[in-house]
Amino acid sequence: MSAREEIFGAVRRSLGVTGQEQPRREAVNERIAKAPRGIVPERGQLSGEALLALFEEQAKATLATIDRVKDRAAVPDAIADFLRRTNLPARLRMGADPRLGEMPWDKTALEVSHGKSDGGDLVAVNHAFAGVAETGTLILTSGPDNPTTLNFLPDYAIVIVDAKDVRGSYEDVWQRIRDRDGKGHMPRTVNWITGPSRSGDIEQKLLLGAHGPRSVHIVLVGE
Amino acid sequence: MTAHPTSPYFKENAHEALKDEQLQMALSNVRQGFIDKRAAVAAKLPEFEALRDSARDIKNHTLANLDLYLEKWENKVHDAGGHVHWARTAEEARQAIVDICRKAGAKTVTKGKSMISEEINLNAAIEAAGMTPVETDLGEYIIQLRNEAPSHIIAPAVHLNATQVESDFRRVHTHLDPNRDLSEPVQLLTEARQVLREKFLAADVGITGANFLIAETGTSVIVTNEGNGDLTQILPKIHIVIASIEKLVPTLDDVSQILRVLARSATGQEMSVYTTFSTGPRRPGDVDGPEEYHVVVLDNGRSAMLGTSFQDMLRCIRCGACMNHCPVYHAVGGHAYGWVYPGPMGAVLSPSLIGVDKAGHLPNASTFCGRCESVCPVRIPLPKMMRHWREQEFERHLTPATVRSGLGVWAFFAKRPTLYRFASNLGMKALAFFGRDKGKFTSLPFAGGWTDYRDFPAPQGGTFQDQWKARKGAKS
Amino acid sequence: MAAPNSSRPPRVALFATCLVDLMRPSIGMATAKLLEDAGCVVEVPSQTCCGQPAFNSGDRDTARALAEQMIAAFEGYDYIVAPSGSCAGQVRKHYPELFKHDPNLARRADALAEKTYELTSFLVDVLGVRKVAASVAGTATYHDSCSGLRELSVKKQPRLLLQSVDGLSLTEMNENEVCCGFGGTFAVKYGEISDSIVTKKAENIEAAEPDMLLAGDLGCLMNMAGKLSRMGSTIEVRHVAEVLAGMTDLPPIGAPSGQEKAR
Ligand code: SF4
Repeated sequence: MSAREEIFGAVRRSLGVTGQEQPRREAVNERIAKAPRGIVPERGQLSGEALLALFEEQAKATLATIDRVKDRAAVPDAIADFLRRTNLPARLRMGADPRLGEMPWDKTALEVSHGKSDGGDLVAVNHAFAGVAETGTLILTSGPDNPTTLNFLPDYAIVIVDAKDVRGSYEDVWQRIRDRDGKGHMPRTVNWITGPSRSGDIEQKLLLGAHGPRSVHIVLVGE
Repeated sequence: MTAHPTSPYFKENAHEALKDEQLQMALSNVRQGFIDKRAAVAAKLPEFEALRDSARDIKNHTLANLDLYLEKWENKVHDAGGHVHWARTAEEARQAIVDICRKAGAKTVTKGKSMISEEINLNAAIEAAGMTPVETDLGEYIIQLRNEAPSHIIAPAVHLNATQVESDFRRVHTHLDPNRDLSEPVQLLTEARQVLREKFLAADVGITGANFLIAETGTSVIVTNEGNGDLTQILPKIHIVIASIEKLVPTLDDVSQILRVLARSATGQEMSVYTTFSTGPRRPGDVDGPEEYHVVVLDNGRSAMLGTSFQDMLRCIRCGACMNHCPVYHAVGGHAYGWVYPGPMGAVLSPSLIGVDKAGHLPNASTFCGRCESVCPVRIPLPKMMRHWREQEFERHLTPATVRSGLGVWAFFAKRPTLYRFASNLGMKALAFFGRDKGKFTSLPFAGGWTDYRDFPAPQGGTFQDQWKARKGAKS
Repeated sequence: MAAPNSSRPPRVALFATCLVDLMRPSIGMATAKLLEDAGCVVEVPSQTCCGQPAFNSGDRDTARALAEQMIAAFEGYDYIVAPSGSCAGQVRKHYPELFKHDPNLARRADALAEKTYELTSFLVDVLGVRKVAASVAGTATYHDSCSGLRELSVKKQPRLLLQSVDGLSLTEMNENEVCCGFGGTFAVKYGEISDSIVTKKAENIEAAEPDMLLAGDLGCLMNMAGKLSRMGSTIEVRHVAEVLAGMTDLPPIGAPSGQEKAR
């Protein structure tokens, strides 16, 4: 018997089941099909400016920094300004996201290159799929538009998120992913990012920038 | 590293640990840091207790239907282009992983933090196959340099101080300037970041654990703060996930429930920095990500726990809260437990996985203070399960003879109230007589475990039942 | 809950616990006084032990035999009250579990469990007592023993009553909810670990600078008293019932019988 069969056999023997029971199968199918929401904290159940304000507050609590701009056209300036304030070179790496493409990078002095990171980039920009106000979490999905390596290799991660994509809870964002990719399907990688990389492994002292970015800067676009 | 459990020598290990001043200093960090942070973050979320119930219920439901969810999950992994390898034992899991690495012609294998990897002693197998495993979690990296086992499931190097880490880095990183300044923890972190960055970029295979496997989508989930797990899995050509069968959860909604209690219980964060959901290999058009995605699913004794009094233990999400709140763990640290899993969760799990004959001390070395259960995010009744182990030991006559006979004598009297009253009254009067001058005993035969360390207060003399009778007699 | 007939005072069976019975009868006397002052008729059925040491050592047969004996002796009363969170917890939380598979006894075990209480929670939660008539001068710190705290939610009750004691002020120590390291046979079987735990506890007690250490469980009190005494501390150790009953003329736990209060 294969290891697979033996493991299933052992699990079923221990549970006292055959695996053929209709009620069990139905219960499992139904749970997966309906994906019932459990308890969703009230904290995030806000809308409009209150929701955005919570997102901002929670993101800051994770030690991320955040700028708010009126519209997409204002993003490059805001980023150029952030880099100046932070004493960083005016050089960015980014993916092929059309929303990034729409932004007037050429109106700034920023030097923009495209593609994944091979570890040589100091600053990268990705566009988030969503933000979650509950914990100030950014949600990014993989693909050529926003390569996953850009979330982790550069020292400074800049993440743009549209105000209209900010939701109260993780569940709200799962629903959007199901709507986009189809129920039961996922992008290769979904990253939840809640603040800059950190470690407490040396004497329980909190240090930023363990392996991932030491800084996460959010640009929240729109109202 | 942890091939041979030293759990049978728990007492000796504990003795060494209690004498180790440096370790005791490090443990006081655990006692202070984790507890306050968890309490603060739990207080900030009114739904926290209800979410713990929810997390418990989700895990219970999944375990009761584990065969079906495993099937669903496996199909989804295949749909996404991933491979599933089933391993009954640690040996089969090591073999499966080494085979994948060999086929890929791997030289360097980076690793995210995984307790299953420790459980199956994976690094030794990778080394034996001529490849270099590199732990990338900072804590795991440090203990790998020291050839030690983790002493805590989420803070592997919690038993060390910065000076020890500095000397390990100087010993191993000989290519760096010997005069460099490493006096600050942040300098140690920066050095590890540099050294490991090269390994990440050079790795041929990346191995991570999984906090969860999601049946709805065939997804594996890792949760880290450093980002090392992500660099481990997105840079090499091949990503291998090693996970045990009880990591299953039904849906994305279910995993979100549990994630809400995981970081809060573990580190006192509202959410860990990186929660990463991986489904299959790189997709057409992708510019990064692994070309192959494998999951090695391990049983190693878990299926045998289903349907027994220990099934509840399979709810464990490895948050570490139980050890963070355990007075015994605070006293002796993780290594004293002698195998991969320390603290209360280890005291229940280790006997299941390596045998109660080897790990029998662990469920006994508890005061049953219940603080572990009171913080466990999935409400595992840890003391009750340690008691189950004690019952099995008692039934199998593994309980030490002195304890057995002591209990026996006491039970003989306790079951005979009249005799008990007579004997106890006399006995306590005698004991009180000997103790009356000092009010205490500084040593007692048969109770050296007590009087070696503290005095034994003398009884007042006579018994309560006797005095009560006298009072009633006087009144009537 | 067995609702006592309101026209007559509740009949309360006092379960002294074997440790109090043997080591410190004055706690039993204090408990009886507090219950009587609160209007209860107190009786003391013939008793030995609730069986917890056997239960926790994995000896279920002995635990069951002792529990049966206890059920038979105590089930005829309105309430069962013990000056111990640990022993009351054994009856309330673990008797039902011991007889889960024995329909006859399960019913009786459940019934007994429902009407069994730790002393201070009985006074406050069941009888509605808010103050006691006692006067004890000094500062006390209260240690929350584990079973009372976590199995029976005993936390506010003893403090509420202690606040009503004339002349007594309360001060909290750090980590007052952390185990003292007693754990029954643990203190002997793993004496060295137990010592490490009780040493930290004693340090926390001393740092709070009280005149008195109080708790609701004699096992824990003996452990802490033994450590404080070995460390040369002069802090008096007493059971909360003794203070609430104003019975502090007896020597504290671990002090010589000739000697009156240290102060
Ligand atoms: S037993 Fe509970 S508290 Fe301990 S690690 Fe597992 S989930 Fe966390």
